[in-house]
Amino acid sequence: MSSSGTSSIALGGGSAEAAAAKSTSKRPKYSRFTQQELPACKPILTPKWVILTFLISGVVFIPLGVICLFASQGVIEIVDRYDTDCIPLASRDNKVRYIQGLEDKRCNRTITVTKTMKNPVYVYYQLENYYQNHRRYVKSRQDAQLRSPKDEHDVKSCAPEDTIGGEPIVPCGLVAWSLFNDTYDFTRNNQKLPVNKKGISWKSDRESKFGKNVFPKNFQKGTPIGGKSLDPDIPLSEQEDLIVWMRTAALPTFRKLYGKIDTDLQAGDTIKVLLQNNYNTYSFNGKKKLVLSTTSWLGGRNDFLGIAYLTVGSICLFLAVSFSVLYLAKPRQLGDPSYLSWNRSAGGGR
Amino acid sequence: MVGGGTKRRRRRLQLSKLYTLTCAQACFKQDHSQIGGPGFSRVVYCNEPDSPEADSRNYCDNYVRTTKYTLATFLPKSLFEQFRRVANFYFLVTGILAFTPLAPYTASSAIVPLLFVIGATMVKEGVEDWRRQKQDNEVNNRKVKVHRGDGSFDAKEWKTLSIGDIVKVEKNEFFPADLVLLSSSYEDAICYVETMNLDGETNLKVKQGLEVTSSLRDEFNFKGFEAFVKCEDPNANLYSFVGTMELRGAKYPLSLQQLLLRDSKLRNTDFIFGAVIFTGHDTKVIQNSTDPPSKRSMIEKKMDKIIYLMFFMVVTMAFIGSVIFGVTTRDDFKDGVMKRWYLRPDSSRIFFDPKRAPVAAVYHFLTAIMLYSYFIPISLYVSIEIVKVLQSIFINQDIHMYYEEADKPARARTSNLNEELGQVDTILSDKTGTLTCNSMEFIKCSVAGTAYGRGVTEVEMAMGTRKGGPLVFQSDENDMEYSKEAITEESTVKGFNFRDERIMNGNWVTETHADVIQKFFRLLAVCHTVIPEVDEDTEKISYEAESPDEAAFVIAARELGFEFFNRTQTTISVRELDLVSGKRVERLYKVLNVLEFNSTRKRMSVVVQDEDGKLLLLSKGADNVMFERLSKNGREFEEETRDHVNEYADAGLRTLILAYRELDEKEYKVFNERISVAKSSVSADRESLIEEVTEKIEKDLILLGATAVEDKLQNGVPDCIDKLAQAGIKIWVLTGDKMETAINIGFACSLLRQDMKQIIINLETPEIHSLEKTGEKDVIAKVSKENVLSQIINGKAQLKYSGGNSDAFALIIDGKSLAYALDDDIKHIFLELAVGCASVICCRSSPKQKALVTRLVKSGNGKTTLAIGDGANDVGMLQEADIGVGISGVEGMQAVMSSDIAIAQFEYLERLLLVHGHWCYRRISTMICYFFYKNITFGFTLFLYETYTTFSSTPAYNDWFLSLYNVFFSSLPVIALGVFDQDVSARYCLKFPLLYQEGVQNVLFSWRRILGWMFNGFYSAVIIFFLCKSSLQSQAFNHDGKTPGREILGGTMYTCIVWVVNLQLALAISYFTLIQHIVIWSSIVVWYFFITVYGELPSRISTGAYKVFVEALAPSLSYWLITLFVVVATLMPYFIYSALQMSFFPMYHGMIQWLRYEGQCNDPEYCDMVRQRSIRPTTVGFTARLEAKKRSVRISEPAS
Repeated sequence: MSSSGTSSIALGGGSAEAAAAKSTSKRPKYSRFTQQELPACKPILTPKWVILTFLISGVVFIPLGVICLFASQGVIEIVDRYDTDCIPLASRDNKVRYIQGLEDKRCNRTITVTKTMKNPVYVYYQLENYYQNHRRYVKSRQDAQLRSPKDEHDVKSCAPEDTIGGEPIVPCGLVAWSLFNDTYDFTRNNQKLPVNKKGISWKSDRESKFGKNVFPKNFQKGTPIGGKSLDPDIPLSEQEDLIVWMRTAALPTFRKLYGKIDTDLQAGDTIKVLLQNNYNTYSFNGKKKLVLSTTSWLGGRNDFLGIAYLTVGSICLFLAVSFSVLYLAKPRQLGDPSYLSWNRSAGGGR
Repeated sequence: MVGGGTKRRRRRLQLSKLYTLTCAQACFKQDHSQIGGPGFSRVVYCNEPDSPEADSRNYCDNYVRTTKYTLATFLPKSLFEQFRRVANFYFLVTGILAFTPLAPYTASSAIVPLLFVIGATMVKEGVEDWRRQKQDNEVNNRKVKVHRGDGSFDAKEWKTLSIGDIVKVEKNEFFPADLVLLSSSYEDAICYVETMNLDGETNLKVKQGLEVTSSLRDEFNFKGFEAFVKCEDPNANLYSFVGTMELRGAKYPLSLQQLLLRDSKLRNTDFIFGAVIFTGHDTKVIQNSTDPPSKRSMIEKKMDKIIYLMFFMVVTMAFIGSVIFGVTTRDDFKDGVMKRWYLRPDSSRIFFDPKRAPVAAVYHFLTAIMLYSYFIPISLYVSIEIVKVLQSIFINQDIHMYYEEADKPARARTSNLNEELGQVDTILSDKTGTLTCNSMEFIKCSVAGTAYGRGVTEVEMAMGTRKGGPLVFQSDENDMEYSKEAITEESTVKGFNFRDERIMNGNWVTETHADVIQKFFRLLAVCHTVIPEVDEDTEKISYEAESPDEAAFVIAARELGFEFFNRTQTTISVRELDLVSGKRVERLYKVLNVLEFNSTRKRMSVVVQDEDGKLLLLSKGADNVMFERLSKNGREFEEETRDHVNEYADAGLRTLILAYRELDEKEYKVFNERISVAKSSVSADRESLIEEVTEKIEKDLILLGATAVEDKLQNGVPDCIDKLAQAGIKIWVLTGDKMETAINIGFACSLLRQDMKQIIINLETPEIHSLEKTGEKDVIAKVSKENVLSQIINGKAQLKYSGGNSDAFALIIDGKSLAYALDDDIKHIFLELAVGCASVICCRSSPKQKALVTRLVKSGNGKTTLAIGDGANDVGMLQEADIGVGISGVEGMQAVMSSDIAIAQFEYLERLLLVHGHWCYRRISTMICYFFYKNITFGFTLFLYETYTTFSSTPAYNDWFLSLYNVFFSSLPVIALGVFDQDVSARYCLKFPLLYQEGVQNVLFSWRRILGWMFNGFYSAVIIFFLCKSSLQSQAFNHDGKTPGREILGGTMYTCIVWVVNLQLALAISYFTLIQHIVIWSSIVVWYFFITVYGELPSRISTGAYKVFVEALAPSLSYWLITLFVVVATLMPYFIYSALQMSFFPMYHGMIQWLRYEGQCNDPEYCDMVRQRSIRPTTVGFTARLEAKKRSVRISEPAS
């Protein structure tokens, strides 16, 4: 910032001379801008404004909270944790060995519907203590390769799931490799409940991120096998399970959409689930849950937002009242100097 | 009174008359023997610049470059400057690391903001440099006439000049390089030079070429002219030059007398011829130009500490993260069992390898440092620079600080110190030219024991009040106004405010002592060093004097009928009234000797011979030196004159005693021989030799009378001082004047008042005087020091006795005592005493002492000091103080050149400090606090998210969201805050000066407030993160059953942050112009715009953010509900805090805002109440004086 100062004395004289020759006045031009007198609103927090602000917030928030809470309460959600139950008693002391073994891992579960669930009923699997947001995991994919077949050799960020025998793996990387492979089949009253797996992923993913002419290649051919295998004849854009899985979750507890049941479920229905318990969450103590849920306009069941709105709204109303009381009980002392720091520091007479 | 320039001129006058060979030879021996030796190796072939010998010397050309950079060096040099800053270097390192696999984000996203920020700064540097370049070009392309070689001269550009060229410079042109004067339009080769650009002195100096070249007065003379100059190497000393010129086989010595310096100006001379000897960067003026010392404000120093604190936080967080990361990574793969198998810990690269977990943790530490780099605001420096430049534009543009008369606006020469202006604790002010106008007015005189002059001085008016007249101050001021008007109506002559019908208009001839009066004014007309300038059109005479009081004398003489109109080398011509014939006649006085003024002699004399051949010694000087030099029969009027002089001094006037004597031939001859010898000696004791000689002749004088000159207070000075005192700023006056004058000025501007107890420290005791006569320096020093110390301790005791109440004390110390008081061992006691007093006046202080006092105050109590001054003697003080303010007044540009801010009048200081200073302080400090707040809010959410990723350094947001946060979504509002925010308008700043204490006590940038803002940042981050996280749990977040992924949580949180930090700013500022509205709301809109557009880009560019807003966030109601809720909930605590504070514990600016809001500011009584209730008792200024008066009235009433 040693800007104009550096110009030597030499130049100072010269320019002054030039200016004098022109005999132009150096008087600054008046404008409200340069004189810092622009019209401005100068709000201060008067009691009226403070109380009004709290009042308005309270009045807006409480109804919003009620609405949110209603929406959340209107959602029917059935959660069934099966990770332990689906392991035979004999194997429970070493669940990892069981899950890595080759025996049949079918498992039957029964779910009772308590309230009527209007279609579509969303089927989720929920994993806990699963770090899909780990940096190594998140980065272990190659978007270009998923998009177009001509980039299938582009596997540089996918190690160690990049190539097998020198041939590129499509889709490569840890994310794809660890694809969730438990399966659920639902029957109600001995009738199969079809699960619709179309449209469970984001449209933009199907259309732009996963190519219509990119087919799985060399997938799950190596050891160890991570998760689900893919049908090499179906293009990636139609492998919606994969697409859903590859949108990595933000937090270690997450749900992913498995499919939709397009019929209503009545209260009292018992639904039998034939479950293939393949996915290993036992080594890191992760829970697995099957979730059936409807949605409201707000999404799934979560009372938090409604309660939070209600709480903050009530606090606002409370503050509005207490500020009013404060102002009435102890009117502001105009220009009370006793709070000024130079009056507060005792003695003051510096 | 007399500057260094005169000395040289006088010596020349001497030379021209004496022309003694002895002198020249002596000089030769002393200095010129070094020629050819080291440091004196320059060789110049005059008039043959193309000679091969000259070429081989390879001297630099005459192109002068003041730019910092050239085209080639701009990039490396300015980059180096940038990365010297620790924060920028840090970002460079993280930027480089971003190219390694360690980076949590893509390299480009880390580099782009850095490039943006560095680029912005470099563009600023570039533009500044380009402006300098333009100035350079203007100078370098000026034309000068240069000898072509055949006896004719052509105009050439300055930059093409080379060593040895013969140039012709015409009247009022600048010299293009350092020249050796060969000849001029005058026969004796003299010329007049104005050196204002060099040393700030406005008076003219005389230079003279060598006798041998003085005949070269026509262009054709230079055909075939050849000379050979040997001289010293280029150096920065303006006051010495040594060289020889070889001409036709003979050697002649060259001295400063022949040297014309670049950038000085030829005046009063039609043309000169000169030979170029130093060009371009070799010239003395360029060698002299140094960068002003770079000063940094307290706030900026503190800001560095905050940055280190932030570094510390970043390192701590990274360290915690690394430990946890290391532990979890190690656990992933134990005894061949993989825990989190989906991470493939068995075949991992080093960064995540469980087998080498400690190493991985170290690498992770680096990654984390990069991720948390958002804690440190990358754009802070550049924003502050932009803001400061704009602030100083506002200062420059302030119409209220524009001085119409001199056409001078205020000029902030450096923008570094804007906010420091709001924190000044002590002002150290020069007196002459700063508090006073430095335009001297001849107002009174005492001739032959009679006092003349009826003018009333401002001091006298102030004294009227002081002496306890029943006048209320208000009416007093009116009187003053009135009399001022009266003065301006009557007096049209600048520097002359004398009114006395007894001697004006030629009436003096009828006075009883008419002959004395005649001698008196004749002395005024003759005894001086002024150069007259006759305006060719109007025939009017103006005077070029080196000090305004000399000019005042000559003007007074002229107005009273003794018109000095011409000066040659040896004569002075005066038109005066002949007492006998009663006609105006022209008289010629031959000037034989000038015995110059200096601070030890305190007098000046001339020896002249009048037309009758009578030899006269005319002398004027300070009273104490003059009275003792009077002859026995010359003391006729001594008594009366002494009385008058004391009266004048009491009225704040500068007085001089005038006396003369007649010399006889013989006595003069002896004297003249001695003085020539003394003057031509070059030994160190030359000065004392001269003094000895003059001592012998300046004695037995006959007293004529005394003059009194008023040094007028500048407009509005008492008002301004009063306001500053009310603002709690201490004002010290450091002056070179004598004690009486200083005290009087102190009274005039209300720094002193009658009921104050004056602690005067001086060494005017008889014992010291008697000691001084013995001349034993050690003893004197020891005794003096003890004396000063005991006086200081005594003063402190008085202070203590009065109970620490500093109201009533004023410290006045003179230069001699100050020299001892500033000794290392007692300076702290001195400072304590001085700080305890309400007013401090140091008189008779030298420039060096001024600087030392400034340093003492600055370092002693650690408060901000501001020095204000106008003359070259204030330069040290200005550079030493935290802020140097130069008054661009009459005494030239020297002070302005070394100041940080230049103003035209002392009274503008009020607006500069109370309005601009306060605003800038407030703006910058709020801005910095806010900067850290917003970056903590952002950065800490990143950290909180890490706790949910086992510290694997996954950023919560998309790479570009991360990097553009500081650049786009939060940068403009904070700049607008820094440039435009006002807590209260200028009118209120001035109405309630106490508001200024907010800066002095640093309440807006105290650690409490800084940490408060940081805390605000931390809890905002916590609220935002946890509310968003809890709202967006695993359940579906929209109607479609989709669950939130990383991009959705990140997008929502980011939206909340953008809203929160911008609305927080809106809550924090108190001044909304259209500009504020635009920048705040547009920052938020820009975020939505960005996320939309970025999401529409092909997915290979937008990666995770592809269509997130359009497809996922915007259609989902929960996104909007969460945003609304989180923003309100986050801002609520701050809102409650500021509502409570504003209502129940308002700061001073808050109170003023209340006043304004309630519209009662126009009710004077009400205003006064507020002001009184929150006012600190002020100790100086007329308000305090009024208060003191009220008190004394109250006390006396019950008694009577």
